[in-house]
Amino acid sequence: MTALLTGLGRWLLDWLTRMGRANLFLLGLLSALSFLFKRPGLLVKQLYAVGVLSLPIILVSGLFVGMVLGLQGYANLVDFGATSSLGTVVALSLIRELGPVLTALLYAGRAGSALTAEIGLMKATEQLASLQMMAVDPFPRVLAPRFLAGCLAVPLLTAIFTAVGILGGYFVAVIQLGVDGGAFWAQMQAKVLLFEDIINGVLIKSFVFGLLVNWVALFEGYEALPTSEGVSLATTRTVVVSSLAVLGWDFLLTALMFGAW
Amino acid sequence: MHGSNHAALVSVRGLSFHRGDRMIFNDLHLEIPRGQVTAIMGPSGTGKTTLLRLIGGQLRPDAGRIEVDGRCVHELSRQELYQLRQRMGVLFQSGALFTDLSVFENVAFPLREHTRLPERLIRILALMKLEAVGLRGARDLMPAELSGGMARRVALARAIALDPMMILYDEPFAGQDPISMGVLAKLIRTLNDALGLTSVIISHDVKETTAIADYLYLISEGRVVEHGTPEELHRSPSPWVDQFMHARPDGPMSFHYVAPPYADDLLSGTPQ
Repeated sequence: MTALLTGLGRWLLDWLTRMGRANLFLLGLLSALSFLFKRPGLLVKQLYAVGVLSLPIILVSGLFVGMVLGLQGYANLVDFGATSSLGTVVALSLIRELGPVLTALLYAGRAGSALTAEIGLMKATEQLASLQMMAVDPFPRVLAPRFLAGCLAVPLLTAIFTAVGILGGYFVAVIQLGVDGGAFWAQMQAKVLLFEDIINGVLIKSFVFGLLVNWVALFEGYEALPTSEGVSLATTRTVVVSSLAVLGWDFLLTALMFGAW
Repeated sequence: MHGSNHAALVSVRGLSFHRGDRMIFNDLHLEIPRGQVTAIMGPSGTGKTTLLRLIGGQLRPDAGRIEVDGRCVHELSRQELYQLRQRMGVLFQSGALFTDLSVFENVAFPLREHTRLPERLIRILALMKLEAVGLRGARDLMPAELSGGMARRVALARAIALDPMMILYDEPFAGQDPISMGVLAKLIRTLNDALGLTSVIISHDVKETTAIADYLYLISEGRVVEHGTPEELHRSPSPWVDQFMHARPDGPMSFHYVAPPYADDLLSGTPQ
């Protein structure tokens, strides 16, 4: 019994310490951001690495998710003769939930894991230590550009994912299944609200998710044990922890934004 | 006499450092005189690299003082520490080259970060440093294309890019073939004398290190066991120093890690 309590206490203390370090790390990231005004080139390079290079997976996934939504929505709505609402169904599902959440999960797998492995290996090969000994602080020089680039890239990727998804839905519903195109767009235009849906979903949610994923990815890399097992463990943790964080926060944000209370 | 106070570039006094419950240094004293090659030697796992990080201010001592050029490293503000580090070069064991930059860009990196020199001048300076280590022709290679010895020479060119007053070498000979060991040893000595540097070598390669060092410190179990010129240490009467300097497998340093008596262990019969 005592052993159980001791174990529980130790686990809790370890967890609290780690959370404390993670928050200090975030503070360090935020206070290093102003350096990027002096060196915008660093930001551009990272935007390319995490943003542009994530485009293929985002485009393809968005297209397929939209097409599946079109198919499933049609199969259900056709019984009620409500296929003209298909545009609304596809657009709202993507804008409010699937766009931000799936983009964040895909980003965590594609770019988050890469960030962790990169930073972890820089640590393992003493590159971070040698930066410090060259009097170059890795926070503004290495970590902050990756963090800001990631936080900017995720909302942009979400917008692209959502737009491509709607096109995919349109393709299946209107071109393949013969839903009326005018109704598809008109219903969507009437039901999708700028502040309620687009700002909340595509902008705020995806920004929060992007911050979470990039924060977790960089922190795990920075704290990784400088060995091959350490880096591999950290990469796994990035995907697991950031995916769970995204899903958990999605519930919270949905409750706040669209919940009845 | 070596290490009179005003001549010492680095002086470590009463240094104690722990990692968790493990004692790394306990009341360590040593002085690094200016303009010379000083080696700090000892068996693996005696915290030699930790000492280097303490001198560079990446770790803080639990007790004692570390002074570099008359300034106490762990009492400096962050900005002062960074200014001091610009005058120290460190050669890490792995070389620690930036893997996403070419050889030339690696050497130019400190110049780009800390100076506002025009591109033309940066090119000249970087090529001069590369020429000094004999790798001007390798400027366009990426670090992954270099052998271990070449990577260390590029790292050395990068370490001297800002013309530091001191270079700290972390195990420069570890894992090198005999030829590149010889090349590195000669380079360390030549650069020290040509550029008027102070060099500190952390190593356990007795032969190469004693060949180029002016003064040696032997550390073990957190303290300086013996110090002196290479000749003095080779003739040292201490059995420990004799074992280390002449690489004898047996002596005061035992081959076995601390363990319960062998027979008891085998006969106790409790499965681990």
